[in-house]
Amino acid sequence: MTGLQSTGDPFVRFQEVQKSYDGETLVVKNLNLDIANGEFLTMLGPSGSGKTTCLMMLAGFETPTHGKIVLDGAPLNDVPPHKRDIGMVFQNYALFPHMTVAENLAFPLHVRKMGKAEIEERVQRALDMVQLGIFGGRRPMQLSGGQQQRVAVARALVFDPKLVLMDEPLGALDKQLREQMQFEIKHIHDNLGITVVYVTHDQSEALTMSNRIAVFNDGIIQQLAPPADLYERPDNAFVAQFIGENNKLIGKVTAVDGDQCSVELDSGEKVAAMSISHAGVGQKSMLSIRPERVMIGDEAADCDVQVQAHVQELIYLGDHIRTRLTVCGREDFVVKIPNSTDRAGLVPGNEISIGWRTRDCRALDLPDNL
Amino acid sequence: MNSFKTALIAAAVASVAAGAVTSVQAETELVVVSWGGAYSASQQGAYHDPYMAKNPGIKIINDDSSNAAVAKLRAMNEAGNVTWDLVDVVAADAIRLCDEGLAEVIDHDKVLAPAPDGTPASEDFGNLLVSECFIPQIVYSTTFGYRTDLLASKPTSVCDVFDLAKFPGKRALEKNPINNMEWALLCDGVAPDQVYEVLGTREGVEKALAKLGTIKDSVVWWSKGAQTPQLLADGEVVMGSTYNGRLFAVIEEEKQPIAMLWDWQVFDLDGWIVPTGTKNKAAVMEYLRFATDTQRLADQAKFISYGPARKSSAPLVGKHATLGIDMAPHMPTDPANAKTTLLYNYEFWADNRDDIDERFQSWLLQ
Amino acid sequence: MTATDIQNGPTGAIVTADGQPLKVSLARALRRQRLFALALVAPLFIFVTISFIIPIADMLFRSVENSIVEEILPETVKALESWDENSGELPDEAVFAAMVADLKVAKANRTNSKVGQRLNYERSGMSSLFRGSGRKAVRIKEGPYKEKLIKADKDWGKVVTWQVIKQFSPNLTPGYYLASVDAMQTPDGSIQFEDSEKAIHTKLFVRTMIMSVAITITTLLLGFPIAYLIATQPAKISNLLIILVLLPFWTSLLVRTTSWIALLQQKGVINDFLVLVGLISEDGRLAMIHNATGAVIAMTHILLPFMVLPLYSVMKTIPPTYMRAATSLGAHPWPAFWKVYFPNTVPGIGAGAILVFILAIGYYITPELVGGTSGTFISNRIAFHILNSLNWGLAAALGAVLLAIVMVFYLLYDRIVGIDNMKLG
Repeated sequence: MTGLQSTGDPFVRFQEVQKSYDGETLVVKNLNLDIANGEFLTMLGPSGSGKTTCLMMLAGFETPTHGKIVLDGAPLNDVPPHKRDIGMVFQNYALFPHMTVAENLAFPLHVRKMGKAEIEERVQRALDMVQLGIFGGRRPMQLSGGQQQRVAVARALVFDPKLVLMDEPLGALDKQLREQMQFEIKHIHDNLGITVVYVTHDQSEALTMSNRIAVFNDGIIQQLAPPADLYERPDNAFVAQFIGENNKLIGKVTAVDGDQCSVELDSGEKVAAMSISHAGVGQKSMLSIRPERVMIGDEAADCDVQVQAHVQELIYLGDHIRTRLTVCGREDFVVKIPNSTDRAGLVPGNEISIGWRTRDCRALDLPDNL
Repeated sequence: MNSFKTALIAAAVASVAAGAVTSVQAETELVVVSWGGAYSASQQGAYHDPYMAKNPGIKIINDDSSNAAVAKLRAMNEAGNVTWDLVDVVAADAIRLCDEGLAEVIDHDKVLAPAPDGTPASEDFGNLLVSECFIPQIVYSTTFGYRTDLLASKPTSVCDVFDLAKFPGKRALEKNPINNMEWALLCDGVAPDQVYEVLGTREGVEKALAKLGTIKDSVVWWSKGAQTPQLLADGEVVMGSTYNGRLFAVIEEEKQPIAMLWDWQVFDLDGWIVPTGTKNKAAVMEYLRFATDTQRLADQAKFISYGPARKSSAPLVGKHATLGIDMAPHMPTDPANAKTTLLYNYEFWADNRDDIDERFQSWLLQ
Repeated sequence: MTATDIQNGPTGAIVTADGQPLKVSLARALRRQRLFALALVAPLFIFVTISFIIPIADMLFRSVENSIVEEILPETVKALESWDENSGELPDEAVFAAMVADLKVAKANRTNSKVGQRLNYERSGMSSLFRGSGRKAVRIKEGPYKEKLIKADKDWGKVVTWQVIKQFSPNLTPGYYLASVDAMQTPDGSIQFEDSEKAIHTKLFVRTMIMSVAITITTLLLGFPIAYLIATQPAKISNLLIILVLLPFWTSLLVRTTSWIALLQQKGVINDFLVLVGLISEDGRLAMIHNATGAVIAMTHILLPFMVLPLYSVMKTIPPTYMRAATSLGAHPWPAFWKVYFPNTVPGIGAGAILVFILAIGYYITPELVGGTSGTFISNRIAFHILNSLNWGLAAALGAVLLAIVMVFYLLYDRIVGIDNMKLG
């Protein structure tokens, strides 16, 4: 995983970090990760993938079993959480219910022994920042979920921490509010230029907000890349399947030629694909093709790879149409067709021709479950 | 479907009939209230078991509620549902229950068996018939036991309890003025026949308390009869008062290094009353005639060291049922033990208990 | 007809389609619901009434009730009305005649001793006076009654005897309440308090309060860390700990008390150990039982679960992220605990404290067995009057005073902490 470490002075550095709770299994396996100053980095992964543990080690609530974490040039291992100067937004906000909103915001300032006037001024500024200027006197329980969320963000920022950690902060909100809050948090990040480490299992949230995303699985960073790279150029089968929708075709690699390879599918067809992370000639591989990169009708005729498909069903979704096809023996092949496209022949039961470009088809490792 | 219904009805009828049959055959259940523990066991051995063996239709159920019997009987009576048939109480409680009309008046000669020689019951019990509702069963005494190994010399008088110089160590006394006040006055130089006269005055009460005050800091106050034997056995106290039967058990059955101090033991009576409103009056009276006859009262002494209340029973007292020792010398009424005795003064305490108890308890708090 | 006409009947009130006023129709529709709700509540309501409200009302009534004198001595009570109790003279012949007549009836009904017992609470000697005079009165066939009755018992010749009877003739009496605060009404009507040294009930009330507060504090000090431990452990360990906390409930009271005696007595395990390690000398063995210390120790043990459980149930709902949030915001763990965690446990402390306090105030078996003389509670006195002296009127008055004290504490508590701030689980 050497590629994960950039050159220069990183703001946060995880160096060979390992974590085990029971002494038998590693929850985090040899993590190396650099985070640049001002970056919005998201740790994305399914539950149990080790992403929250990494965040907790950074915050100081868990100690690494092995390895080193550095913040702003100073090793953090022996610094207790309250001296790390890291703001944190918790999953359920962790607003103190016995304090008013203003008291909540003043708490980190009080413990830093700031003057009364300065505290008041900073609290008001923080409240204004999250558009809650008039709610200072209320108790957290009297606010809506979105408002509580904003208070939590304001509290994590009010004492100008070096770094802000967010642990699935939007998990408890409904979809619409979540999307709105994503933009608000992103704006605050852009305006303040502060470094944010964000943990989520929601890929659309990660894609929307992050500069870079670290995809976690099984205690390992599977890929660390900007959102577009992650979606369009997944490094391995896990990332391809975890991020976005993915069509898989299984076959055996018969030859490798530079950055391309040829694969003989289980159904007999031979196709060319980008050679990414398959196990080598003679080994099985999973081909990954995004649904919107598959062409039908006339456009298919221009494609590098063309195959026959049997239309199973159509789902009308307004701006586009989802089609489920049987392709090369697999019945779960999905194609998204823009509404503007000519849909001639797209009738369940029909045989049609589909195609894709070789660079949109990536030969990856074969996951265990296939 | 019809046959199913018929079967159901038949089954129902059969079960009702069966129920009726069993209830006809059912035994009469007599609820006998007593003190529990060794005392109830002695009654079981001497009275209940032989009676049930002779009368298969009677079943005796024990209820160990005697320590709260008066209050419970009063409550039952107010609620109009008396569930007890026979209650074992101390004489003072019997008098009170009789006063309140909660106990049946007994014609002793009619209800109770005469002595084997034909002496009527009232004469056989003699002056122990302290209430017209009360049938005495045993004479017990409240007296002292002491540790034979923890004291330099043997206490011989009740006044040794008040002698901290000669007999250092803690004493166990009942958390109650009765008996303690009498002993205190006796040891303060009051003549035995003037004890109650003195105690009937405010000054007399203060005099007794002053005497008790000389040992107050060395007293562990007990409220349950079992506490003193335990305190003695644990060595927490070197001497203490309790019921003589409790001391017998700890000395003879548990073989603890404890001995009896009979001086100025206070006799009291324990016996039966029949609660007003019992649903099995006839059956209870029949049982009572058996359970209080000369032989049965003598038999009880086989199990516990309390003296039978009938004069005619005394010669019949034999050996302990399991230990095999002669019981007569362990009776509080044995002449060797009864050289100096007091009899619980029912009338005095009925009049003065409330007042003196209040004064005594407030003295304890000081 | 327009739509508005249908909705608004001739009077302008809204009506339903069949012309019924809407309100009437709605009330009818709701009535069934209300009856149903009532039926659901009824069993509990009846249960509470029978098992709780009626007994308490009965108790309160008993504490002032005094109909027995008039019931048993109706003629005497009537005759005494015209007697001036402050004249210093005995009542006249008519009163004595009435008394003899009443005693005869009472003797026949076996109630003479009963009234004697009642009056004995007020003046010692009344019990035997009435018991003895019942029999003697039967033998008085004719006058002069005064002379013959005084001859039968010289107490009848004392003015104070008649003063007491007259004073306690009314059907209601403040006597029990006065006694419950160590006061009494003298025959001339003034209220006289007992010397403070001889006062027993006020002393016991004060002691009961102090001991109960002490027990509440010790249970809180011991229970808080335990509850915190249970609340923060994983389910497997916390379940085991809860079982350990509940253990005192599963052992019989006598076993528990006996083991405390074995542990704490002067020749007990703890003293033996302290002597063995040389912390105390053989003569300096500590008195830890049969005194207030013993009562506090044993009752703390018994009441501890009542403190731990509400605390635990409140602490369980405090997310661990509060402490993490506080430390991440820069607070040292101690201030984080005091300023963030602790305030959130206050509802549990309140609930536990009031529960333990109220239970402690009413406990009597444990203090009776291990409290000696300095660890007696007022409840021991109430139990004594219920079980032994049978002075239920006084017991009821003492109980009512205790109830009033608890209510005062409850109201104070409501003022200070707020009842809705309390969480029982």
